[in-house]
Amino acid sequence: MIDNIWLVPLLPLLGFLINGIFGRKLGKNLVSWIGCGSVGLSFLISVKVFFELLSLPAEQRIFEKIVFPWIYSGFFKVNISFLLDPLSGVMLLVVTGVGFLIHVYSVGYMYEDNGFSRFFSFLNLFIFSMLMLVLANNFLLLYLGWEAVGLCSYLLIGFWYEKKSASDAAKKAFIVNRIGDFGFALGVMLIFWTFGGLNYTEVFQQAPSILVAGGGLVTAITLLLFMGAVGKSAQIPLYVWLPDAMEGPTPVSALIHAATMVTAGVYMMARCHILYELAPFTLGLVAVIGAVTAIYTASIAMVQNDIKRVLAYSTISQLGYMFLGCGVGAFAAGIFHLMTHAFFKALLFLGAGSVMHALSGELNMQKMGGLKGKIPVTFWTVFAAVLAISGIPLFSGFFSKDEILWKAFSQGNLLLWLIGVICAGMTAFYMFRLLFLTFFGKSRVDESIKSHIHESPKIMTVPLMILAILSVLGGYVGIPKSLGGGNNFEHFLSSVFGEKEMIIHHSAFTEYIVMIISIGVALAGIFFAYRFYISKPELPKSLAEKYNFPYRVLLNKYYVDEFYFKIIVNPLLKFATFLWQFIDIRIIDGTANGLAGMVNWFGGIGRKIQTGYVRNYALGMVLGVILVLAYFILK
Amino acid sequence: MVPVSYYILLSGVLFSIGVLGFLIRRNVIVVFMSVELMLNAANLAIIAFARNIGSLTGQVIVFLVMTVAAAEVGVGLAIIMMFYRNKKSVNVDDGNLMKW
Repeated sequence: MIDNIWLVPLLPLLGFLINGIFGRKLGKNLVSWIGCGSVGLSFLISVKVFFELLSLPAEQRIFEKIVFPWIYSGFFKVNISFLLDPLSGVMLLVVTGVGFLIHVYSVGYMYEDNGFSRFFSFLNLFIFSMLMLVLANNFLLLYLGWEAVGLCSYLLIGFWYEKKSASDAAKKAFIVNRIGDFGFALGVMLIFWTFGGLNYTEVFQQAPSILVAGGGLVTAITLLLFMGAVGKSAQIPLYVWLPDAMEGPTPVSALIHAATMVTAGVYMMARCHILYELAPFTLGLVAVIGAVTAIYTASIAMVQNDIKRVLAYSTISQLGYMFLGCGVGAFAAGIFHLMTHAFFKALLFLGAGSVMHALSGELNMQKMGGLKGKIPVTFWTVFAAVLAISGIPLFSGFFSKDEILWKAFSQGNLLLWLIGVICAGMTAFYMFRLLFLTFFGKSRVDESIKSHIHESPKIMTVPLMILAILSVLGGYVGIPKSLGGGNNFEHFLSSVFGEKEMIIHHSAFTEYIVMIISIGVALAGIFFAYRFYISKPELPKSLAEKYNFPYRVLLNKYYVDEFYFKIIVNPLLKFATFLWQFIDIRIIDGTANGLAGMVNWFGGIGRKIQTGYVRNYALGMVLGVILVLAYFILK
Repeated sequence: MVPVSYYILLSGVLFSIGVLGFLIRRNVIVVFMSVELMLNAANLAIIAFARNIGSLTGQVIVFLVMTVAAAEVGVGLAIIMMFYRNKKSVNVDDGNLMKW
């Protein structure tokens, strides 16, 4: 089966084509069977392939399959070919597994929508692109997947394109991503220019001999690639598109903006870890940007009232953690957090979708509350995810987040670690704030909706339950050694990242202390959330009034959107208007129209010669003859 | 013997009358006749020169021209017939469609 790895991306592509072309005629049942079935089948194949990979000895766990030659031009050779190793194997399972659950959920969530078949064809296209991205064995195919997920993101955010805000958000996502992709494309070109090829094996094998560690060239390459990652994974300064992307249907937020697409940047950096390890400056920058993004967006998430927006900022913040992990060289920890985050964040978004479903589309958490008993399945599953993301021991987020924090600490980056810990406390605070505002306390739901609050159908709750189990247990693949585990996950990935024995400056005791500190901070965050939103619900309001200025700044997301509009968008708009009104209309159109006008004017004069009277033409002939004669006579 | 210049002069006068008639007259038949006049003025010039140099070629050419002219008259009269049928007039100025 491992030889037939190409089936994994092919099936969603077929699903996309069938649903995209014939979707309207097939009926909703058939569409959902094709949509879910194709992804489900490729998930099964992925599982089979993954276990075949596991059965190989550790050092042989790398498999390349050339499907067909793609571009052959001189010495520039690119194949459509897939690379399967532990890293892409993990990504494969996450993408198809979480993707499949979200597909199933969408059948229930989108059933009433008119664009049902369109939605599923886009989802399948997205899964296909993401699989191309993670399975590629060269940078060009990676770039193809990279751009294609951007396109799918555009299509799905703007799925309800009649809504102005949705189509604006889609454009924003696409354009902001383009800025990052521009750097990424340059990075790929620079790689080709340096190595003369784009295959991973080619590049990574030659990298240590061609590139000087810490030199300008490798720093340039990694920085350019990092620019792409910043755009795709929504880090400072290109994070602005992700919160707006919540305009899309909720399963899209779950699939693209939490579980898969936004992790592409992390995956890409992990894939290129050989290059990044040669560029300590870039790694430092990655770590700093990750940490700053994590705490910055966590602070915004603390005051937002839109349930999906809280989750969106939380996603950016968690991506910041992953970047922090990669930045301190703990790529395995970054990927570990990527995986657990995919579980609990997909669950949180789907849970939020279920809440919206129950409340007829209400998004404002101030108009929820007391839903605990009314939609119990949603409550318990979301509760599990909240515990996981807050880093409560025994839940998956605890292991992965602590792994990153511990790596940051043991590498001696105390400041970054401190930021991470504070951010963990903030995470716990805003996640429990979400939980308390939504499910606890008195109901603040509008009277008109109150009567028909209902739990979602089975097709939506079953994926929630499966994801809840994964969120709880997902961390047990990577229990750290100090807690009696074997850190199997990192060990498994070591054939990709190399068995780096990190120099341990610290004893296991220190690791316990670090762990206890982060647990303590998380508990403190929960305690504050409890005080603010359960025991003294009037406290937040008085605090907001007391510290009005910081509250308003946070509520308005540090005015970054306004700032970008003022500094970048509006001047660009003015420049474009100038180009349009002056250069285009006056100069370019003016030249073309002016030429035509001139010809017209001369023609207007010339055509008066032609009167249509035969004798006038004859007179012309006679005059001509006389002239010719006169010329010959007078010569 | 009449000097050749007399013939040429006559030929020139006939040709000029033809040109003027073509330019000035409106009646399509008269215009057509003016064309024939110019043609025959040319014939006369050819014959005069031919005779002057004692060659028969010119006289043969003139016979050819007259034959062609007869054919041309046939075509021309047919055009005039059709013109009259379409315009109900023989005024050349009514056929002024040949312009922009």
